[in-house]
Amino acid sequence: MWTIGLGHYLFVSAVLFTFGVFGIFVNRKNVIVILMCVELMLLAVNINLVAFSVFQGNVVGQIFAMLVLTVAAAEAAIGLAILVVYFRNRGTIEVEDISAMKG
Amino acid sequence: MVLQALAFYMFAAVTIASAAMVVVSRNPVYSVLFLILAFFNAAGLFVLIGAEFVAMILVIVYVGAVAVLFLFVVMMLDINIAKLREGFLDYLPIGALIGIVLAGEILVALGVFGHAPNTLTTLGATGAKVAQVENTRAIGQVLYTQYFYLFQVAGAVLLVAMIGAIVLTLRSRPGVRRQKVGEQLYRTKADAISVVKVPSRGGV
Repeated sequence: MWTIGLGHYLFVSAVLFTFGVFGIFVNRKNVIVILMCVELMLLAVNINLVAFSVFQGNVVGQIFAMLVLTVAAAEAAIGLAILVVYFRNRGTIEVEDISAMKG
Repeated sequence: MVLQALAFYMFAAVTIASAAMVVVSRNPVYSVLFLILAFFNAAGLFVLIGAEFVAMILVIVYVGAVAVLFLFVVMMLDINIAKLREGFLDYLPIGALIGIVLAGEILVALGVFGHAPNTLTTLGATGAKVAQVENTRAIGQVLYTQYFYLFQVAGAVLLVAMIGAIVLTLRSRPGVRRQKVGEQLYRTKADAISVVKVPSRGGV
């Protein structure tokens, strides 16, 4: 219990990822919270990558974690920009109202 | 050793608790603030494991840029909080079911991984080993040599995202007076001023 190993970090990451997926399913109306849940899932992935990287003594995992961070930042910027444009056009961001493309 | 374990448990507990609060919080502003708390504690976990550089990048990029962007958008949009929370209880059973199934599957995968013989050693044997230097130097030695093109591609992704965000949110509103730089630069002395000969005691 007092020796922190790889399993502890993987457990934390698994719980975080589960909370992210759970949040996407529960917050069906609020796009902003859905985006935040995606960020939580990416954080869980980063914890996994860094934990494996450190416990294997191989630094490549941390580089990949930084690339994931880059993509997450780009995703947040584009997603929020789309959100702002949508709110400007429609005056609402409820997910169930978004049916302009009839998908 | 005990102190390290206690710090790990503290950071892990606060990370998980704030992740839960991100999901169930009623107000999106509180969600963003709990997201920031989760990122800080994840950075603490990274520092504890010896990955300082990724931890600092996490604080700078996520807390300094992404979370503030979220906060800005949440506060800028005038959204009806109560209406957005409708249906939370309707979706709770299916969400809880999927969450429990997913958590069970991941934990089973972890258990199998833990019992697989020599998984870590065989995985660690492939890939580049780095000499015992500090974390930032080790990352730099690999990132700027072996993964240099990947680094460039990451920069290109950020550039495309930046241009995309600007193009999406830029709008030209009619009826707004703007500075016309071209017209200002093409003015000449001839059409800007005229010298008038004023006769004495006559006025203009």
